[in-house]
Amino acid sequence: MRILKLQKKDLFPFLEVISKAAELWAPVAKGDKFVFDQLQDFSRIAMTAVRTIIPPKKIMVPASFNMFNFTEKEYQEDFSHITDRILFGIHPCDIHGLLTLDKLFAQAFPDPYYLEARKKTAILGLSCFPDEHCFCKSTHTDIIEEGYDLFFTDLESQFLVWIGSSRGDDLIRLAPDFFDEKLTEKDITTYINWQEERDNAFQTEISFTRLPDLMELNDKAPFWEEAGAACFACGSCSMVCPTCNCYNVIDKRYLGKRPGQRLRYWDSCTLPEYSEVAGGENFREHKSQRLRLWYTHKLQAYVSKYGKPSCIGCGRCLVTCPAQIHVKSVADALEGHPVEAFWKKFAKEVSK
Amino acid sequence: MNGQHKCLVDSNPFTPEPARIIRSYHLTADVKFFQVRFVDMERALSFQYKAGQFAMVSVLGVGEAPFCLSSTPSRPGLLEFCIRKVGTVTNALFRLPENALIGLRGPYGNGFPVEDMTGKDILIIMGGMGVAPLRSVLLYCLDNRDRFEHVVLLYGAKRPAEMIFREEFFSLKTRSDLECHLTVDADDTGQWTERTGVVTTLFPGLKKIDPENTYALVCGPPVMYKFVIKELIKLNIPKNQILMTLERRMKCGVGKCGHCAIDYIYTCLDGPVFTYWDVLHMKELI
Repeated sequence: MRILKLQKKDLFPFLEVISKAAELWAPVAKGDKFVFDQLQDFSRIAMTAVRTIIPPKKIMVPASFNMFNFTEKEYQEDFSHITDRILFGIHPCDIHGLLTLDKLFAQAFPDPYYLEARKKTAILGLSCFPDEHCFCKSTHTDIIEEGYDLFFTDLESQFLVWIGSSRGDDLIRLAPDFFDEKLTEKDITTYINWQEERDNAFQTEISFTRLPDLMELNDKAPFWEEAGAACFACGSCSMVCPTCNCYNVIDKRYLGKRPGQRLRYWDSCTLPEYSEVAGGENFREHKSQRLRLWYTHKLQAYVSKYGKPSCIGCGRCLVTCPAQIHVKSVADALEGHPVEAFWKKFAKEVSK
Repeated sequence: MNGQHKCLVDSNPFTPEPARIIRSYHLTADVKFFQVRFVDMERALSFQYKAGQFAMVSVLGVGEAPFCLSSTPSRPGLLEFCIRKVGTVTNALFRLPENALIGLRGPYGNGFPVEDMTGKDILIIMGGMGVAPLRSVLLYCLDNRDRFEHVVLLYGAKRPAEMIFREEFFSLKTRSDLECHLTVDADDTGQWTERTGVVTTLFPGLKKIDPENTYALVCGPPVMYKFVIKELIKLNIPKNQILMTLERRMKCGVGKCGHCAIDYIYTCLDGPVFTYWDVLHMKELI
């Protein structure tokens, strides 16, 4: 792998050069949080953003998009929402999130909408420093070895830039003068020290190895009912999860000559009608059943199918769920540890 | 660089292919039979599927839903569906006239393991709408009669008027190369000549079966499985030779939308045909 140096002052000029032929998306501030947004003014880029509200899956599969236009006679596929993009500032955990989605969307019958957007998006990763909710070290997604075109490690006055693909190499060649191939002894020491400091900064830890067995053994544990009672069934956990892929499809018709549309939009297995079939049979009527599906799928099913959980440790569910039902509190409950969460502390009040 | 462009991926598994309703008629008050053919004649003849697989049917401007194929792959050209009016898409389908254009994609799912079933006794147990998927495998067995040993059919409906394909089944009773037992929960006509009672009441009347050599195929309303499986276990039929086909909400049919997830499988890819062992092994199947 080739590693180059880039002076901090040269980052924006480099982005300027490469974004001539593509939209540039990066994290920007929104209130006290961050979102991935398209931008022209590079000074808006939030270089130290820890996590965005919505993960970068929204760039590959928008929250809602049109799959087909239809007339009285036919369906015509619509890929107009997919454009050439450069996604800058994506952290290792979120790159792992995309690699996880790749497995699902590319298997059996590949999803052309996802794969097309994926192909059209250059991934420019950026190093990060964990806050109290990050647990990517526990999911082994704190470092990244594949899935990026370029990866920028932020070291004091300069970046170390990893080239991860042929496309990444092409991007460097658009402005080779910004980069320096000679790494000094000091550069390497700085990098090692940074690595170590980051590695020691994690405050949240979850032991994922045990969770598949504990899910099975705790299948009828009372905490599922408690969490179910507290759950708002709002679906926020799925919206913010980098690996939640579920979607719904509806057909829309318009007045006049405008063609109809077949729209695809994000769905969540915690919503009441998720498993309901025509005629009214609902295979998961209770919130506890739907919550259990969410967690079974991420912490157990993915392990049996792909060898690792689909959780990438970004901490979004920890900061989002209004009832504090999230991977950490559920893992604590599964392990029989005291649960520091609203749904546990007020279980009796909630179920009244 | 904004703008539209053509997709680089070869094929779009979500694209419905145009098909026509060739013929449709009521089987009961709320169940209709549809014969459908792809508009492209070559496609109609080359479309291959397995008994027990399903297709996604689109009604223009209304939506798309999964339906099991009720026809047999041994009779290519026409695809048949047996559909109950229960939701938005089925209501719209019922309103469509013959020759109307619909969208079709598939086939999806695993289907019945007809290769493994070859040379075995086949016991088919259906309740109500359970006929829809099992008619496919039944017709397949009849079209390839010499490849299977005994074929036994048990069918229960609520009332005589709700017995789907009633005439077809009565004519099967006259055949000597299969056993066909029919029952209704209640006879409100006074004309019913067959058994009365739920489908499990047909079990005591069965000729002796060789359990190791038998495949049992079950489909019916959720409540039926528990009681039928109890009977099949009593007969000592191995758990992995008890097959059932299940219904789930589906929006894609190809393992992407997530709705039919159960444990680590997707009903659309790994099902809809499951064994009783699968049911014991995976929670939430039935």
